[in-house]
Parts: sequence; structure tokens; C-alpha cells
Amino acid sequence: MTPLTATGEPVAVDAEGFLTDSAQWTEQIGEEIARENGIETLTDRHWQVVKFMRTTYLGTGAAPSIRSLGKLSGVPIKELYQLFPKGPAKLAAKIAGIPKPRGCI
Amino acid sequence: MSYRIVILGGGTAGTLVANRLRRSHVGSELAITVVDQDDRHVYQPGLLFVPFGLADPRRIVRSRRAQLRGGVAFRQAEVERVATAENTVYLSDGTEVPYDVLVVASGASLLPDETEGLTGPGWNESIFTYYTVDGALGLRGALEGFNRGRLVVNMVDMPIKCPVAPLEFCFLADWYLRKRGVRDDVEIVYATPLDGAFTKPVASAHLAGLLAEKRIVLETEFATGQVDGEAGQLVSWDERELAFDLLACIPLHGGASFVGRSPGLGDELGFIPTDHATLQSQAAPNVFAIGDATNLPTSKAGSVAHFEGETLVENIERLLAGQGLVSSFDGHANCFIETGFHKALLIDFNYAVEPLPGRFPEPRIGPLPLLKESRLNHVAKLAFEWIYWHMLLDGRDLPGISAQLRPRGPRRAHNATQGVTE
Repeated sequence: MTPLTATGEPVAVDAEGFLTDSAQWTEQIGEEIARENGIETLTDRHWQVVKFMRTTYLGTGAAPSIRSLGKLSGVPIKELYQLFPKGPAKLAAKIAGIPKPRGCI
Repeated sequence: MSYRIVILGGGTAGTLVANRLRRSHVGSELAITVVDQDDRHVYQPGLLFVPFGLADPRRIVRSRRAQLRGGVAFRQAEVERVATAENTVYLSDGTEVPYDVLVVASGASLLPDETEGLTGPGWNESIFTYYTVDGALGLRGALEGFNRGRLVVNMVDMPIKCPVAPLEFCFLADWYLRKRGVRDDVEIVYATPLDGAFTKPVASAHLAGLLAEKRIVLETEFATGQVDGEAGQLVSWDERELAFDLLACIPLHGGASFVGRSPGLGDELGFIPTDHATLQSQAAPNVFAIGDATNLPTSKAGSVAHFEGETLVENIERLLAGQGLVSSFDGHANCFIETGFHKALLIDFNYAVEPLPGRFPEPRIGPLPLLKESRLNHVAKLAFEWIYWHMLLDGRDLPGISAQLRPRGPRRAHNATQGVTE
């Protein structure tokens, strides 16, 4: 299911499910994407990471890597993997409505 | 008036910038000083060959000072911190070095201690990194006696110097073990935190195919959280376990330690936030960064430092002349990938264009094929060592090879933007 925007339009996503226009994002869209990816409820700790991701991206134009998240988000790496299984930076970025982190070249 | 140019780091980037600047200002108004903590310049591409007995470690290390042109001062000292507001570098011995323009070329440092257990039991016994001369030599000894079991090659996380090096290590290990007649008794596993063999999709698919051909097991999305040398296993952050008998590890990288002691200079990993196209740092207008020290989204590789050199030197000259900077660096990277059996692959890309098949340096003519194994690429990689010491470090343009990525045909737009920003 493609999540809907505030005005009822389907949200534009790329082949991997990342929003192509981060301006379309709402917290509700974030919650829907989380559910689709196996996270039933976003806790305060989830939101701390998601909001950090989004703020950093909107401020710098780049999504932080997992190492940067571990150093800056206030949530240690071990816990990041518990909150967002498999790839925390990737999944948190998807939920935050920003592009896939490209910290790796 | 005379300007003081201080370059922190006498590696590939710092050396070529110093020499390029010196050549264009012979006997004139620049006082160029290169600061480094030691006088050992390592030809880093050579490290990959040491574990397989293909390179003599004594041959790949030379004096840093000796690579600098006459008229460039070399100062062997440790940097304590940089105070950009005072235009001053503070050395650990208490000396102050004032500058008009600062170039941060201090590269990337290895941080093995940041991974739990990596430097604990087994370190330099069954766990090695070939990113240092000593580690590469240790691994050579361990591989000589390695006849059966599992060899794991693990890159802990990006960014790393030469992102293709772990793959090259796998390919050469396959060749080496085959040559020794023990390949059937050794399992080679490449464990990477990435979701594929490499970061760029088309090249990643090519390289994954090569790994499969050579029976090298690819373990993706493996983010190492802990190394248990006693049990001989890697444990990922999401609690997957991967057993090894011999581990060739590429540890986490960060910027030089003084960056962390210099307020406002670096990011959380110690790399310098740098303008993608002008190479000016965000810290101050008269501070530039080049090579592995930057946070630029391109490879940390000598070829990148070489291509950046032209833009950097032009922008230093423009800054001193009170002119606007040129936005000419396009992220160009060019890497040979050794694939064993005297063959190599070549990739050529920039910020916007991923590595694709074709020919280099002349589109359609070559002679070197891109993204394809060939003997000629291997020969070119070996010849590069001479070019490195004699041309690249001297800050010379290489004949026929332009700093910007060249377009490869009508389907691919040339993305480099050449412009002037005021």
C-alpha cells in the first residue's frame, strides 16, 4: 500500500520505497512506512532518531550514516539496531521521508 | 608581499599540492611549508600486494621530504590543533605556525580501537589489517602457513581508503591460494556492511559476478559490532555471528586526530566539511582540504587527490589574488581493481556518473577497457607505481588524462560543471 499525503494523493516513492519529495512527508506517513516495514509502533526513541535524520538532511542535504547517528543522535548503535532492525540508517531515512543515505562511496 | 601556505600532511595530496604550487611560483612570493609527524611516505596501493609476497615492503616506503621540490620547507612535527580564527597551527612542541592559506591534507587514520575486541586477543595473530605496513607483513606470514579453514575479509564500515581494496584482496587471495594448491580447503568470505559488493549499482553487479565466479562467498549487510578473537568470530550489531580462522580486517577510518581538537574544523568523524566543487572548507575561506581528509562523497583514493590538485592550486591562487573561486572539481575517481591471474579491471566515475563500461582515457579508443578484466589493465596498474613517484607526486598532469571525467557518448551527459562562484 502506498501511503497517502495529507491531501489524499499517493505519495511518490522510488523503487526502494524512499520518498522522492521529502516535502510530502507527514508524521502519519512516517508511521505508515514504519508499519509496512515491520515496526508496529514508533516509540519516543524511534522518533528521536527519525527526527534527527530529517533535521540533519533538511539542514545539510545529506542523510547521516549509522556511525554518525551513533555519535550524534543520542541513541547508541546497539540500540539503533534494536529499534530499526537490519539497516537502521536506511530504515530510519525511509520513515523520515528522506533519500537513502549515500554516506558510502 | 609574501604569502605563507601551510600544508598539513605530506602524503599523496599534500605533496602534490606543494609541488604544483611551487612549480607555478618558482622563486616568487609563496613560502610553502609541509608539516607531517614522520618522514615515511608509503605508496599505499602497494600495501595490497604485500600479503601475497608480490611487493617488498621496503620498496613502497620512501622519505616524505625527498618527494618535495626544492624551496618547499618540510617540518617534522605533530599537530596539536588548528585555530582558524587566529590563522594559526599549534604544534605539539608548543610552536605556533601562522598561515595565510591552510591546506588540510592529513588523510584518513585507522581506528581499530573503535571496534570492540578488534585489537584484543588474536590481534596480529589471527586478525590483521593490511592497511599498514606491519599489518600487511604479519598477514603475509599468516597466509604462508594457511592451508585450510575460513578466511574472512571484513570492511567494518565506510568510508575507507580505496573502497575497492577489500574486493581486490579477495581476488588476490583466491589466486594466491590456488597457486599454493590449497584453495579447495579454504573458504573465502567477504563480509560487508553494504547491500552489495560495491557502492555503485552497475559496478556492484559486475563485481558480484566476479566474486561468484571465483567462489568467494559474499555476506552483505553485515555491520560488525564486535570481534571475538578467542572464539574466532565476528558478531554483527544485529547479532549475526560469522566464524573465521583468519581475519583480514579493514578497520573504521576517521580524520587525523588533531581535527577533533580543532573546534569547527571537522565533522563528527574528523573529516573536513568541504565544498564539493571548489575544495574550500566550511571552517574558513582561507582553509582548503584535499584528498582523504575531506568529507566529499567520492572515493578516498590517490587518483581523486590528483584530480583535485588542479582545482585546489587554481583556487589558492585566485583567493590570494582576490578573485572568485572556480567550481571545477567534479568528484572524478579512477581506480584499477586487481582481479588476480595478472588481470585487472578499471573503473572511472564522478559525483554524478557511476562507473560504466567503455574505454579509457579516450572514449571508444582506449586503450584501457572499463569495467572489464584485462591483462593490459594489470600492466597499467603496475606501471602506475613509477608514474606515482615521478609524475603524480610532483603535481604534474598525466598526458591524455583530464582532471574532469570525460563524456563517454551521446547517452551520457557530461555532468561536470565548470563555473565561477563569487
